[in-house]
Amino acid sequence: MADLYPIKVTVNGKPHQCSVQPRTHLVDFLREDLGLKGSHLGCEHGVCGACTIELNGQIVRGCLTLAVQADGGRVQTIEGVSASGVIRDLQNAFVARNALQCGFCTSGMLMAAKELVEQMPHANRAEVREWISGNYCRCTGYHAIVDAICDVLQQRKEGA
Amino acid sequence: MKAAAFDYVKPASIDKVIALLQEHGDDARLLAGGQTLMATLNMRLSEPQLVVDITGIESLRGINVQGHVLRIGALATHTDIEFSPLVARHAPLLKAAAPHIAHRAIRNSGTWGGSIAYADPAAEWPACLLALGGAVVAHGPKGERRIAADDFFTGLYSTALQPDELLVACEIPVAGADHWFGFSELARRHGDYAIVGLAATARRDGAVLHDLRIVLLGVDATPVRARQTEMLLEGRALDPASVSEAVAKLRSEIDPLPDLTNTPDTKRHLAGVLLQRMLPVDAAV
Repeated sequence: MADLYPIKVTVNGKPHQCSVQPRTHLVDFLREDLGLKGSHLGCEHGVCGACTIELNGQIVRGCLTLAVQADGGRVQTIEGVSASGVIRDLQNAFVARNALQCGFCTSGMLMAAKELVEQMPHANRAEVREWISGNYCRCTGYHAIVDAICDVLQQRKEGA
Repeated sequence: MKAAAFDYVKPASIDKVIALLQEHGDDARLLAGGQTLMATLNMRLSEPQLVVDITGIESLRGINVQGHVLRIGALATHTDIEFSPLVARHAPLLKAAAPHIAHRAIRNSGTWGGSIAYADPAAEWPACLLALGGAVVAHGPKGERRIAADDFFTGLYSTALQPDELLVACEIPVAGADHWFGFSELARRHGDYAIVGLAATARRDGAVLHDLRIVLLGVDATPVRARQTEMLLEGRALDPASVSEAVAKLRSEIDPLPDLTNTPDTKRHLAGVLLQRMLPVDAAV
């Protein structure tokens, strides 16, 4: 067994000092060590996007990032951003559009969509589809999700 | 799945990385953005004893212009390159190719150096480096050396890097006023590995291209230049006849490897389609 490695990481604004096995990826650390179960694990090799979280202000694949690589960094998970404006708007739109059934993909979809809304406020429907191509969803078939994200982009343009 | 256990070290200098590579050999793996390595660790396709995290080495970061070359540090992420004003100005091919790489969350983590050193024949950056006539800067026990892109990709996932060398950066000649480039690829779903792709550069003089470098990705065990097609187009005015000849030449000179869903003939056909779309014949008429 490899030695434990000490890390300091700020998760959803709260500082943590922990020791982790080097092989532990970031979402296992969040779920198992910190009890934050909002980030999901589907494929664990970077394909499905259910593990999408923010590290130092950018979305990343939590399953393709080692917990030790977050040492000294800032992590935001769905639990930490639910009260923020963009995520709340997206959550409302997902509900209104029925953009989820089983909900497994939803936290990753929301985290990915948040960065889109923040960075590309004028994205068109094609760009939304391209952006979320990194997140798999089976049960709603994407259209409702694209509708929900487009609704938020439109609302924020009108509100601006 | 979960990765097998390994030890982890994050050295602060290139010399320390090289010493670790010399000490541990094939039992050590370098970690930068991790977008390939982490997947292979999680699937236990790779079980190194030691993971050497190079992201603490500041000199591997950054994109800058030094004289007549654009230098892209090994740790520049795909997103850094996509939005770099220096890249847009001096190597616009890379800006055009970046959105084709995987998805945003992966582009935020994955690195230029990782992609070049891994040398996936279906990846965008190796083909672009070859099309741009760039060079790899490798640092080994005896210091730095430069390896031309034409000599770098030696086989499937194989490069001219020695086991105790670290890719520290790449150097790309800055684009001149007559620089022409094209990038195009076909994938089933945006961000997937390309079925076939084309990266090309040339010097453009009206309807005529010179010094063409036409590179295919997803076709062979390495990114490959279509040298006969380059020669055919060299100095010729682009018109429907010459483009048609070039497409036929490209299809005849390549010998594509099949993938799970595409036959060699499919790829041969698609490569021609991409070339036809890419050559600037409309603007030339």
